[in-house]
Amino acid sequence: MPKIIVEVMPKADLLDPQGKAVANSLNRKGHTEITAVRIGKRIELHYDETPTEAQLEEAKAFAADFLSNGVIEDVVAVTVEA
Amino acid sequence: MLNKKTATNVDTTKEAKNTPDKHQPWKELGLKLEEYDEIKTILGRRPTSAELAMYSVMWSEHCSYKSSKIYLRQFGEKVTPEMTKNLMVGMGENAGVVDIGEGWAVTFKVESHNHPSYIEPFQGAATGVGGIVRDILTMGARPIAVMDQLRFGAPENPDTRRVVDGVVAGISFYGNCLGLPNIGGETVFDKVYQGNPLVNALSVGALRHEDLKLAKASNPGDLVILFGARTGADGIGGVSVLASETFDSTGPTKRPAVQVGDPFAEKVLIECCLELYKAQVVAGIQDLGGAGLSCATSELASNGQAGMRVQLQNVLLRDDSLTPEEILMSESQERMMAIVPKKDKAAFEAIVNKWEVEYSILGEVIKEPRLYINWGDEEIVNVPPRTVAHDGPVYDRPVAEPKYQKALNKNTTKNLEKAETPEELATQLIQIVTSPNQASKNYITDQYDHYVGGNTALAMPDDAGMVRVDETSSLGIAIATDANGRYGQLDPYAGAQLALAEAYRNVATSGAVPAAVTNCLNFGSPENPEVMWQFKQATAGLADGCLELGIPVTGGNVSFYNQTGDVAIHPTPVVGVLGVIDDVARRIPSGWQDAGHNIYLLGTTEEELDGSVWSEVIHDHLGGLPPKVKLQEELKLAQALQAASVQGLLASAHDLSEGGLAQALVESTTRFNVGARVFLDELEEKNKISKTAVLFSETTARVLVTVGREDDVKFVGLCEQRGIPITRIGVTDTEPTLEIQNIASWPLATLKAASEATLPELFA
Amino acid sequence: MKIGVVTFPGTLDDRDAQRAVRLAGGTPVPLWHADTNLHDVDAVVLPGGFSYGDYLRCGAIAAQAPVMQTIIEKANQGLPVLGICNGFQVLVESHLLPGGLIRNENQHFICRDQTLRVENTSTAWTNQFQLNEEIVIPLKNGEGGYIADAETLKRLEGENLITFRYVDVNPNGSMNDIAGLRNAKGNVVGLMPHPEHAVEAGFGPDMPEAMRSGVDGLKFFTSVIHSLVNA
Repeated sequence: MPKIIVEVMPKADLLDPQGKAVANSLNRKGHTEITAVRIGKRIELHYDETPTEAQLEEAKAFAADFLSNGVIEDVVAVTVEA
Repeated sequence: MLNKKTATNVDTTKEAKNTPDKHQPWKELGLKLEEYDEIKTILGRRPTSAELAMYSVMWSEHCSYKSSKIYLRQFGEKVTPEMTKNLMVGMGENAGVVDIGEGWAVTFKVESHNHPSYIEPFQGAATGVGGIVRDILTMGARPIAVMDQLRFGAPENPDTRRVVDGVVAGISFYGNCLGLPNIGGETVFDKVYQGNPLVNALSVGALRHEDLKLAKASNPGDLVILFGARTGADGIGGVSVLASETFDSTGPTKRPAVQVGDPFAEKVLIECCLELYKAQVVAGIQDLGGAGLSCATSELASNGQAGMRVQLQNVLLRDDSLTPEEILMSESQERMMAIVPKKDKAAFEAIVNKWEVEYSILGEVIKEPRLYINWGDEEIVNVPPRTVAHDGPVYDRPVAEPKYQKALNKNTTKNLEKAETPEELATQLIQIVTSPNQASKNYITDQYDHYVGGNTALAMPDDAGMVRVDETSSLGIAIATDANGRYGQLDPYAGAQLALAEAYRNVATSGAVPAAVTNCLNFGSPENPEVMWQFKQATAGLADGCLELGIPVTGGNVSFYNQTGDVAIHPTPVVGVLGVIDDVARRIPSGWQDAGHNIYLLGTTEEELDGSVWSEVIHDHLGGLPPKVKLQEELKLAQALQAASVQGLLASAHDLSEGGLAQALVESTTRFNVGARVFLDELEEKNKISKTAVLFSETTARVLVTVGREDDVKFVGLCEQRGIPITRIGVTDTEPTLEIQNIASWPLATLKAASEATLPELFA
Repeated sequence: MKIGVVTFPGTLDDRDAQRAVRLAGGTPVPLWHADTNLHDVDAVVLPGGFSYGDYLRCGAIAAQAPVMQTIIEKANQGLPVLGICNGFQVLVESHLLPGGLIRNENQHFICRDQTLRVENTSTAWTNQFQLNEEIVIPLKNGEGGYIADAETLKRLEGENLITFRYVDVNPNGSMNDIAGLRNAKGNVVGLMPHPEHAVEAGFGPDMPEAMRSGVDGLKFFTSVIHSLVNA
């Protein structure tokens, strides 16, 4: 199924409490080489046909103003997966 | 709206007639050979695979109560007309309904979700809340509160943390998102629950008398409509697999057994259903829980003494690859089935569309008491619905008193070393009140919303939860639940009665009048005669106790197979008591709020340390006999509290139970930081008991109360007149200190901090 | 005085907010998420809950609802709007207030009686409080950690837009102890704690005088009525 994949991450300079908790837990389990964990989102948009360039642009637009919140998150990638 | 799918190789009734000898996996589905033969006798042929799926899941222990039925009957038999006069709906429906006056009724029930919560604690606990709330909704009520009764393994065992974290987060997530205040419950740790935690969930709802709904389809021509979430591969066979056999460390082997909950979908479903009820467009309604469509279709038809024609291809699916059998067994959450008269179809559709809830019309009610289910043009089910839903197998299983029982009962606390010196007593007191079972549960309960709705009058850590039902009149209800597996292990008959007595007393201390009982009976395998003996004893104890206290059992749930390997849990009958209070403003707090009040202990304290927290925490001991059950005293005490509450004589009331007087003193003082000076010599002399017993005995029918000076004479008179033993043991004080004369004195801040530190140290 | 209370799918405290409006002497008007018509209300409350399941991000989908488009437009023209908890998250997602709200620092949902300091009384929703008055209001949220970039924080502090700060305990890791904000005009206020749960004795937070007796939340609603009467 053709898809557009949107990847959203918490802003690099902001606290990610979820990531911090997971990092602490991994460290406790002995994975001390892991210095940090950050947890983001992968959003799949499914299409019947391979998305057009225009649809990709559209997706980039709503990824920035709806699928993510620019105050706390960054869209790190919007890609087509055929 | 039809699925775009084509039938693949379905086993039809025609096929079943033509191939009578085809091998069928009845055993894998949990059926016994006799049960499989019985199905063939009922149908006059072999069942189709869809029928086999239905029967196997509906005849499982969980759905059919086949091992417990003969004992549950006594809840309906050991009653007086007085007890049942306010009962609008008794056992057998989704939940019992009690008339509480002023045109209001309440419905409440507690149910287990033990096995799913061990496998996947978060989703198991979440869907446990979701399931019980739908039961309440199904009766026509608006759910108004939830409570949870949780039992985990030893706190220091590493796996306990996984289960505690998941279960608490799951309840918090689901309950909070539904907007239902969580008003109380229990959290107990004991190694017997290590491989089998108990996650029981209670919900209560309120309705006007005229809004009562029943799960029945009785008018031919009415539409059968499935609405809510789509059907997917959730917990297929979960009911049968999970509740009809033990599981080992590798988990269940048959099918995906865990359901995933969506509280948002359920919240929308609640509001949507309440609007449907208000518009009077549903003639009958049933939620889809265990056994999914198999249960809903057969129960609705059977209850209505009618039949149904269903087109299974009309079921909206999340996953198009589901087979007809899987669709019938799916336990996808947040689904309801409504029976809608044809004339109300448009109104029904308008409301579900408003809430953006998906629905599909599956078929029609028919006069003939037969359930026909088609897959496209092929008939795959043709059964008498009663044989699926109600006339399942009933077993009178062998019972035998456990071989260890007599030795266990002989091994009393008599020879255990008692504390004598002030230092020993003080040390033991701190050990007890900071032990995981007795310590503050704030770490857990602070994760639950107890404010939503704006009607919560009492919540944890009070003895009972209380919510207002009518905002104009202030009519309300109180609920308390209790169970003590240690008492149950020592004497299951008494254990069930002690749970009842404590819940009853807790409701009475809140100022409400106890009115009805629900239960969740958690036991080991019914195939073990010793477990069955425990079950027999406990149900008899509970039924006899309810008769003596004059309050009816309105419903409940049985959970068997709670064991790891061959080791069963302690018999843990969770008993919930519902009380009614005409004005919630009259509720009695359990904590102390004012200085200068007299502190009275009502009741007599005996040397009863067997099975106590003291014996567990100080000596790691379990043996002897639990405290004596004193139901007549409980009755008198409740009536005295009631009379004192109506006259406004009580500043506070706190039930004495696990941890005894010491526990109650610490809880009452630390609650609002009001100190006390307490003297126990009189108690010791009057009752002729040891100092250890004064502080830690768990004698029943006792309550600690505080009374303002102006009401003192009146209150003491009231108790004496009613023959309630009353002993003044101290006075509340502005100084934030708990001083127990001749023993020790603690700043309340120290006690509170110590009590609140225990659970975070273990789990945060 | 007609005060609208919006119900989104998944809103939980709408009936509580309506009760609070009633107890303050106003007339609550239910507003539906799919309806762009505000039915001539004089002010709007966005109540708490989990609108649209709080899926994607808390308040994000609600911010796109038809009713919000009218509310955003009217708020920019001065309509008093109070966002409580999820409502605060909706205001932030609607850009009526700056910053964002993320998962509590301790990862848990928290329900507690919370002390707040009222740091700004020149808003439609706080004019009945004393400046720096300490009030007790229930807090209950899973994602209440207030977060903003350094520049925004500086502006919030500099322009005196921080309306409530947590006192004693910062329960969720909010930056600068921020519990609530106002916009420059003072008609829009958002906060994580729940004033509508502290409006009726017997059902509010515990207070030193008596259990469940706290009614500090009522002043939010009397404030807006006061500001509308004197408008």
